[in-house]
Amino acid sequence: MKEIKAAMAGTVLNVFIGVGDEVNAGQEVIMLESMKMEIPVEASEGGKVTEVKANIGDFVNEGDVLLVME
Amino acid sequence: MQKILIANRGEIALRIMRTCHKLGIETIAVYSDADQQLPYVHYATKAVRIGEPPVNKSYLNAEKIIEIAKEEQADGIHPGYGFLSENAEFARAVNREGLIFIGPDPETIELMGDKIQSRSAMEKAGIPIVPGSDQVSSLEDACIIAAEIGYPVMLKASGGGGGIGMVKCENEQALVKSFQTVKTRAKAYFGSETIFLEKYIENARHIEIQVFGDEAGNLVHLFERDCSIQRRNQKVIEEAPACSLSADAKTRMYEAALKAGAAVQYKNAGTIEFIVDENEHFYFLEMNTRLQVEHPITEQITGLDLVEWQLLAASGKNLPLQQSDIFAEGHSIEFRLYAEDPITFLPSPGKIEELDWPDFEGVRVDYGYVSQSAVTPFYDPMIAKCIISGDSRKQVIERAIRFFDQLKITGIKTNASLFAHILNEKDYQNGNYSTSYLNTIKM
Repeated sequence: MKEIKAAMAGTVLNVFIGVGDEVNAGQEVIMLESMKMEIPVEASEGGKVTEVKANIGDFVNEGDVLLVME
Repeated sequence: MQKILIANRGEIALRIMRTCHKLGIETIAVYSDADQQLPYVHYATKAVRIGEPPVNKSYLNAEKIIEIAKEEQADGIHPGYGFLSENAEFARAVNREGLIFIGPDPETIELMGDKIQSRSAMEKAGIPIVPGSDQVSSLEDACIIAAEIGYPVMLKASGGGGGIGMVKCENEQALVKSFQTVKTRAKAYFGSETIFLEKYIENARHIEIQVFGDEAGNLVHLFERDCSIQRRNQKVIEEAPACSLSADAKTRMYEAALKAGAAVQYKNAGTIEFIVDENEHFYFLEMNTRLQVEHPITEQITGLDLVEWQLLAASGKNLPLQQSDIFAEGHSIEFRLYAEDPITFLPSPGKIEELDWPDFEGVRVDYGYVSQSAVTPFYDPMIAKCIISGDSRKQVIERAIRFFDQLKITGIKTNASLFAHILNEKDYQNGNYSTSYLNTIKM
């Protein structure tokens, strides 16, 4: 199980993937907005998404799990 | 007014309080849990906690802010810039509670906040606007209109501002790719997915005119500011007066700005933003119905206190000066010191270990943080505005080089080294720059 966490506190602007999707390493999975700029979150490695914890509009803190992959 | 609440944070809250205290007006600061240690909280006559750090729970919580203002028996609310400053509903609610909103009428805020409506209002008033469209609802329409206007085009949110929610499209392929994203973003940021197209004007300058109006219908301009040095469509360096613009173009722009202000019976401080092309043709971009971040450079060249004027105008008093009594002298440049990587421009929050700057003639620093303050990821990463003034642009640049050479800031990454680089760069020194300047220089 791999977790993708927020590197910075911010608002979830967009979620590009859903449960069951295969993602590649380096693929943009979520877009956060923080300090008036958009910060893309990339998958550090490839895998299948098993859970998406972040919803558009959520405020997340640094270190919060955004999605889980296997 | 005896007592006002400042519905803002950081440097602008502190700057507004300075004028209030000078005039014998008491101030109430509001702060989130992230800002409790900041200088403005301690400087206020009284400070009240509003809530947790996220903006929706703090500086955008209109109900709570009005409740505090009433409890503390404030006479008015100054919204600063950003946050609730251009929220017509907030202005209405403040007025409804019998408090003074320090800014223009809610109707004006509403009209200017809708970029499509404001374009049409300005066009009716005879002001040149950037060639563009009304609302575009489908991608097919967008492609047809963009082809008519001619690429590159800007795809923008009608409810947008502050450089957020706009994308430059070089061709139809780029437009197709960005269309849905811009719509989604418009909805997420501004609550409306209404978007429109504008022609992208290349090698343009972003020049804005400061205007001021009062209840009696007096309306004056306070000259221009050149805000062309931007990254991500957000300003980084501003100067007054504009250095490579003919006196004739300036005069025409002042006249247009006054005409624009008069068309909406503008009251209080406002700024008309124009895009100026290589042939000095200018086009209305938007109007900011509030105090502008870069207002200090106008204060430096005119010797006026814009916050004082705002308080006077909001109290129903006449503007203290007529147009013929307002003069500009010397030169002033503002550098926005951000907690960000100077090359990638990515934000860099964290604790400032040491912040210290040289204080010599011509230096004004409007700061929001001090040594040991933390820049948190919840808000705009601006640490301070370094405003350097002098008799000539040349003298200002010399002073600014000395300033950034002696500025000490440690603990976080900042864009101070970018300023040092720009100040020694020929094109900048010669005043030869446009809105694409920061994309073209090499660090």
